[in-house]
Amino acid sequence: MADLVSHPDEVKVVSQRFGKGAAAMDRYLELDGYKAVQKALASGPEWIINEMKASNLRGRGGAGFPTGMKWSFVPKESAKPKYVLCNGDESEPGTCKDRLILEHDPHAVIEGVMIAALAVGAKTGFIYIRGEYRYLVDIMRKAIAEAYARGFLGKNIFGSGVDLDVRWHTGAGAYEVGEESALMESLEGKRGIPRIRPPFPAVVGLWGGPTVINNVETLASVPHVILGGGEWYAKLGTPKNGGTRLFCLSGHVQKPGVYELPLGYNLRKMIDDVGGGIWKGHKLKAVVPGGSSVPILKADEIDLAMDFDTLMKAGTFLGSGGVIVLDDHTCIVKFCLRTTKFYQHESCGWCIPCREGTDWMKKTLVRFHAGGGIKRDIDNLNYLAENMLGRTFCPLGDAAAMPVIGMIKKFREEFEAHLEGRPCPFEEHGAAVEQLPVLA
Amino acid sequence: MADVTITIDGNKVTAPAGTLLIEVCKSIGTEVPAFCYYPGLSLQAACRMCLVEIEKMPKMQTACTVPISEGMVVHTTTDKVRQARKSTLEFLLGNHPLDCPVCDAGGECELQDMTFSYGAAESKFMEAKLHRDEQQWSPVVFFDRPRCILCYRCVRVCGEAMDVWALGVQNRGSASIIAPNEGDHLECEECGMCIDICPVGALTSGAYRYKTRPWEMKHVGTTCMHCGDGCKTTLGVRRHETGMQIVRGDNRDKSGINGDFLCIKGRYAFDVTHSDERLTQPLVRHEGRLTPATWEAALELVASTFKRIRDEHGGSAIGVIGSNRTTNEENYLLQKFARVVLGSNNIDHHRTADFPALAAALKNTQVRTAGMRDVFNAKTILLIGNNPTDQHPLLAWQIRNNVRLHKARLFVVNAQDIKLHRQATAFAQVPSGSEAFAAAFLAGNDSVGESVGGDARNALLAMRQALKGAEEAVVIFGSEIRGAQVKAAVNLASALNAKIACLGDYANSRGAADMGLYPDLLPGYAQTSSEIFTGHWGALPEQPGWNIEQMVNAARDGQLRALLCVGSNPVVRYNVDPFVLQKTFLVVNEMFMTETASLATVVLPAACAYEKSGTFTNTMGDLQVVKKAGDLAGTKPDFEIVIEIADRMGFDVRKLVSLGGGTRADMGQSRGAQTGEADRHAVWLEAQNLEPRMTPFDPAAVLDEIQRLVPGYGEASRLNVAAGNDEHTTALEAGQGSATSDPDLVVPSEDTLFTSGTLGRYSNTLHSVIESRRKVPADKKTPV
Amino acid sequence: MIPVSEQLDHFFTEKMKEYPTQRSFLVPMLLYAQDELGCLSNQAVEYIAGKAGLSQLEVRNVISYYSMLTTKPRGRFHVQVCTNICCQLRGAEDLFEHCKQRLGIGHKGVTSDEQFSLEEVECIGACSWAPAAQVNYDFHENLTPEKMDQVLDEYRSR
Repeated sequence: MADLVSHPDEVKVVSQRFGKGAAAMDRYLELDGYKAVQKALASGPEWIINEMKASNLRGRGGAGFPTGMKWSFVPKESAKPKYVLCNGDESEPGTCKDRLILEHDPHAVIEGVMIAALAVGAKTGFIYIRGEYRYLVDIMRKAIAEAYARGFLGKNIFGSGVDLDVRWHTGAGAYEVGEESALMESLEGKRGIPRIRPPFPAVVGLWGGPTVINNVETLASVPHVILGGGEWYAKLGTPKNGGTRLFCLSGHVQKPGVYELPLGYNLRKMIDDVGGGIWKGHKLKAVVPGGSSVPILKADEIDLAMDFDTLMKAGTFLGSGGVIVLDDHTCIVKFCLRTTKFYQHESCGWCIPCREGTDWMKKTLVRFHAGGGIKRDIDNLNYLAENMLGRTFCPLGDAAAMPVIGMIKKFREEFEAHLEGRPCPFEEHGAAVEQLPVLA
Repeated sequence: MADVTITIDGNKVTAPAGTLLIEVCKSIGTEVPAFCYYPGLSLQAACRMCLVEIEKMPKMQTACTVPISEGMVVHTTTDKVRQARKSTLEFLLGNHPLDCPVCDAGGECELQDMTFSYGAAESKFMEAKLHRDEQQWSPVVFFDRPRCILCYRCVRVCGEAMDVWALGVQNRGSASIIAPNEGDHLECEECGMCIDICPVGALTSGAYRYKTRPWEMKHVGTTCMHCGDGCKTTLGVRRHETGMQIVRGDNRDKSGINGDFLCIKGRYAFDVTHSDERLTQPLVRHEGRLTPATWEAALELVASTFKRIRDEHGGSAIGVIGSNRTTNEENYLLQKFARVVLGSNNIDHHRTADFPALAAALKNTQVRTAGMRDVFNAKTILLIGNNPTDQHPLLAWQIRNNVRLHKARLFVVNAQDIKLHRQATAFAQVPSGSEAFAAAFLAGNDSVGESVGGDARNALLAMRQALKGAEEAVVIFGSEIRGAQVKAAVNLASALNAKIACLGDYANSRGAADMGLYPDLLPGYAQTSSEIFTGHWGALPEQPGWNIEQMVNAARDGQLRALLCVGSNPVVRYNVDPFVLQKTFLVVNEMFMTETASLATVVLPAACAYEKSGTFTNTMGDLQVVKKAGDLAGTKPDFEIVIEIADRMGFDVRKLVSLGGGTRADMGQSRGAQTGEADRHAVWLEAQNLEPRMTPFDPAAVLDEIQRLVPGYGEASRLNVAAGNDEHTTALEAGQGSATSDPDLVVPSEDTLFTSGTLGRYSNTLHSVIESRRKVPADKKTPV
Repeated sequence: MIPVSEQLDHFFTEKMKEYPTQRSFLVPMLLYAQDELGCLSNQAVEYIAGKAGLSQLEVRNVISYYSMLTTKPRGRFHVQVCTNICCQLRGAEDLFEHCKQRLGIGHKGVTSDEQFSLEEVECIGACSWAPAAQVNYDFHENLTPEKMDQVLDEYRSR
């Protein structure tokens, strides 16, 4: 469905089968499909986890937790069944990579789930795909059915004596469900309210059993790690940041798209070279480098290697791989408002600082952008965000707070330019006052 | 778990590993504020008020979810913690309406208190607040959404603790809302726990809302006057033109056997006390009609008539029917009055359980009776018969929450599929009437297996296996088992090494039984010839008297010439033909013009249990204090009425109320506690350098005698009872233990959650709940 | 009478067997039932509550959490325009405005012929192909007002 792009700097690992019809079983098998899982079956859990650790593969969902380590936390013995859960609830604004994987290479996801299950001793895996991605649910259903038909799933897979099931599941519209414990709640048929941690999912997860939860891209990378070896994979990236990653270039670049680049690829190069520079001959203003929730970078701050550690040092995060590019015609206040509106809409409402904080920030920004702002609002917005940060029940509060803090810090003068009835400098007629939310 | 030592604000504290940090803080007096945390309910970590700093942890942690571990260093008073609390309150107050001046919770609102302690004076919020109109969810539950802070206490107490699950959370984000199960209204047990537990004024009570300000009330801790479970209830009382009016019932201080639990009756059905139908003037039948009279005239008529009949026809021509809702002291006094003053053993009451049979069956066994606290702590509970959810709400609460919080095993044997089946480890449905056979079968008697039928037999067999080796067990049985069959329940308890309890229906049914309101039993299930009593009271009529049925028959035959009926409605309960009592001089002490009262020659307006002092014994034998809360001009407590009749009959009342006989009597006053009369009296006495003396109207003097003479009551600590605590009494197992000859007179009340015998008919709240259910046709119950 | 088709009911029954608890398949069940019925009517809620072994209250609690689920009928074609940041940067607001004008309805409105409904939605995962919209489950990407007109016309003629 979505257009594919390419660039010479790309190193195609997880995207190597894109556009090659690999959603069909036979084609997938021609392209080395289901070889990794057989190798994993032959080599045993310990070997798998060691390879994963050696690969330095870090979670592609956003937090960047080392995958091998995560798997090693699962207790060997468990009275309750263990599970593997694939997080396909991709919904962080700026992120559209899992969609391509699920569309072009669903079997790789299944295979990744299978290998994870073998590694931790789970008998069942679930692939949770967000509700909006119905066509991907249909593709996945077909892929799973084919895998069962070939004896790759079910009883005695590949004649190994091992039983393994992989199931599909779908959501129905909730960003919060992308948070791992909320995802489990949703899979159990409940409202997507996160769980109290500890206990962590690796110990008490789905239906109380130890559970490994990984992002689609992470799991789709696993077969490549297993076939190519952990060491090979690690070398593709930078130290401690193994491999490649799908970067979703969006916003004001000439050639937006999803590109697979080695970790550590330079951000400026990514925008200028891979993305073809800023559209319409405009100038770069800012970049949100890891999905909507990470702090913004100004145009002069982007000479950075795109890996987890470098970006953290730069005061932001690599996050989910969504690189959102803003040109100099963009109103930061409006961008901040739209970002905040999103988190206000998606807050589950469970805890006070997130529920009230997102709502308060949104209301203030609506008024502010419409020309009704006063100087105190800027400090108050920052105050609200600072008081959400690190105090909410789950990371959504941080995700809502960080962009606001970042934008006020880096573009305060632009906020000030909106003050006291002055129309938004980027709009011809000033912004329209939005209607306040009507309660459901 | 092993003890660990942690440091809180520089203080070393030792507690078992795994204890929640918030509880450890509380134990040393360090306040960690919280809205969503509530002991006994599931953890939420939602309000974020309890964030504290723990060294080596990068973020602040919620003290309500952190189990302590060795060496933890906690800071609860740092600037960072203080700022977190302040900002959380700021977040809340953003949308919370500041209508505190008219809010029911104003003055006892946790949000108000926390804002006072930790909040900010400055308001930063300039936006429009979310608003929605108040909703009425049931006759007793109102919801004011903007005030709701979403702590989810109501949802949890309704679901987890009540097992009703009538409240949910809907929508998300700032549109999140607490929602009732029927869309726009509630269908539930109307216990009001959700209102009680609400930290703010979001859920308010139909009975209390906008009636008063919290600080305008006095609070009196007493015992509920409805069912036999004996919940402690705190009555909020305020001045009213007719005396002192009760405006609220709750048990927010969690004292007593019930913690914060109350059912609809305990919480709202105090409204009978100020029903428009209360009798406030004595009535005497004059030319066929009941006509108002003075107390003097009415009492004089009663006393002189009783005296005449006694002297002319002997005491056996007079009968007395006592009450299940009068105090122990009044019951004791009443039967003593019958036996000593009237010279009659014709005394009975509406029996709802066969306590005498249990007393007899317990003789020569090691089996002991269980108190209400035992039900919450037992490891195994076997419930045979009854439906506690409807008839014993506190007992059901204790069972449910013992199963939930302590993982107790519950075994249920019942003719119906009762709601407690949900908590049961095993359930056996047996044919109605075969409960005792089931008990015998469980105790190992295979020969009765046929009596319960095949399926039930198998279920019971499995239950018998599961019960083997049960520890700390309690066997509870309902009125289905009575007479000689009670022995089967006792044998079972003996086999299981279990404690036992028998379920009677009204607030002082057990007290009525313990105090000897039987024609053939004296207090403590002693035979009528018992020397314990003859030694103190002098000669007593030896022959057992007439029971209720026999009294009615005797009235028909003209042999029962007078009948004193105290707080009882036998005309309805025992289906008495009204014409039968026509020839009898009928005196009725009542709150209302009941079917029985309407037949009376003299009606004396009685004070109810919330308007007098004394004690109640709940069905489990727990003795608790009854304190005067309300006051209704024109009424008198039954205690006083009986004393006055005896006095006017020329009897030396000091023989009835043994003043000076005891050494333990406290100075509790039966009247005047609200008006300050008692206090003024005490002050006056002291000023005159006089010792306080009791009046003949002081029930405490009778409690003194009860404690001296009634087996199983003497050990109860008066101090503890007076302080509002429960003391388990053991009249059933401690005394001689005799059975009454009439087990067939047991008539269970068949009350539901929304009825309370004759008394319940005068509660507007109970009525409105019953009516509201009637109005909604079954097919209209879901929202359109 | 069950409100959904027998095939769907059968599908639910079979799929539910894959989970250890009865309620687990609730969220997909609601979505698939809604696809067939247009919205989650009272009958649908009652049916699914029975299927999942839950109270209707609990089912409503879940429905109200998920933004794709609705108890109110939508149009035959539900037009969902993403206006989240990546789409916003590339003209989503104008696009949404255009849809409003074109369909004559606002956010969450339904046309009087019940053919179309419109909703401004959050990120649908088309950030690199912005601005984007979904009509029912179909993605339409790199949209302009002109392209949107073609899309709407195409659905209208179905």
